[in-house]
Amino acid sequence: MELTREEELALKGEYGETLETAYRILVATGEATNAQKLIPIKWAHLSGVNYNTIGDAGEEFLAKLSQDAKVKVMTTVNPMGFDFDSVSKYNLSSEFITKQKSIADSYKKMGVIPSFSCIPYEIFDLPEKGTQVSFAESNAAIYANSIGHLKTNKESAFSALASALTGKSPYSDLRIDDTPNITIQMKVEQPDELVFGMLGYFAGKVGDNAVQISGVSDIDRRQCKALCGGMGTSGRCGKFVLGESTPNSEKIDFDKKEMQKVYDELNTAEKGDIITLGSPQLGLKEIADLSWLLKGKEFSKRCMVFCPRSVKEQARNLGYTNELERAGCEILSDCCTCLTPLVDKNEIDSVTTNSIKGAYYLNNSNGVGVNLKSLARIIAEETR
Amino acid sequence: MKVIVAGKASGKILKTSNPINFLGTVDKKTGKIHDSKHDLYDIPLKDKILVFPNGVGSSVGAYTIYSIKTNNSAPNAMICKKVDLTVASGCALANIPLVIATDQEYEKLHNGENLILDTYSGKL
Repeated sequence: MELTREEELALKGEYGETLETAYRILVATGEATNAQKLIPIKWAHLSGVNYNTIGDAGEEFLAKLSQDAKVKVMTTVNPMGFDFDSVSKYNLSSEFITKQKSIADSYKKMGVIPSFSCIPYEIFDLPEKGTQVSFAESNAAIYANSIGHLKTNKESAFSALASALTGKSPYSDLRIDDTPNITIQMKVEQPDELVFGMLGYFAGKVGDNAVQISGVSDIDRRQCKALCGGMGTSGRCGKFVLGESTPNSEKIDFDKKEMQKVYDELNTAEKGDIITLGSPQLGLKEIADLSWLLKGKEFSKRCMVFCPRSVKEQARNLGYTNELERAGCEILSDCCTCLTPLVDKNEIDSVTTNSIKGAYYLNNSNGVGVNLKSLARIIAEETR
Repeated sequence: MKVIVAGKASGKILKTSNPINFLGTVDKKTGKIHDSKHDLYDIPLKDKILVFPNGVGSSVGAYTIYSIKTNNSAPNAMICKKVDLTVASGCALANIPLVIATDQEYEKLHNGENLILDTYSGKL
């Protein structure tokens, strides 16, 4: 990879340890993806916020880094482990709370917008078409490329952090060529968001950088987010294009058989002790839909609803949170179904959710069983 | 061989034909894989030359690589067939030498053998 003179100097440590580290990461990721050069990016979205995932080493690294590091471009961050507003209601160790606060403070000190959301594309205005960004959250990267007309690779926690600190990223892979080389032929009829999540999980496994998906004429916001979340969970694929297949691309069917295989892999319980909604976090429209679906109904078990803080505030002003709380929902901001310590296997055996991404992490990381159901079925079967 | 993170290292080869999901399956403290379905289940990665086809899974896996290095339970080097951004950036921050081997080089690496990796001389 060719570096400019300034970039060479930064890599050699002429501008301090922070930039030396950041350029070392950019050079490694650039070499790994055969990039020829670095290019400017306008927005970085970081993962690596939850103490559950980055641990003590991560917390200490960020505390040290934030002593002099400042982000150079707009930078937003993923959810953390819990919502500070309601943390006292849960059985969390004071160590977890202290360490989580330290991580959040380190990011703020570096000039990061404390968004704590995995759906930055729904709570911030998107820059113009074709803008290069650097998103580490997989569902957000896939959404940005596929729906938002932005350009990003599926960044890692450190490559996005290096982009935030330098305003640059290697020019490679999806930033240069995002043409799908495979078409997935969607054959399942009348798919709901759970089916789209399974389609995404399947596509992530078989796809390379980008996939074409044929047989989908109409997709709503909830289904689209489920597709992005599922795809980001299972593989390296960072973009989908909806439309009929090109004559020369390889074609693979996604029919009931393929869907059943995904379902059997991720559905690990017959029923759930609690319900979680939101992975990816719910946006305002989904909260509005949910409050409408719950009119006159009440959940028969605990239901945790995850959304960004800004969405929760808007929802409160519009009266939706009252309706959801009346129906028995616990509304949590700044965190998400994925990897939250609020779902603890010592207290809960299993969770019902409509999220494929949530199902994967609840089972593999939190160690609880997962009962998969669409939102429509959850409302029909789990309310009174 | 293509160098992703430069350095010198030696150790016993620990080779798997399965991809590794660092966030999902590697313990941040012990550096052992806790997924019982993986063929490296419960084997310490510490001080080994870890040879695997590629990394998979969450972008936060880069922090796991950094954590095992900090906790003194990391492999001395990694050799892959394909390198994803998570493994590349994790090794870069943790200063763990990382190379992409050609198919021919990769086939010659056998479990349990001693290996010296020197990216400066380009030798395996």
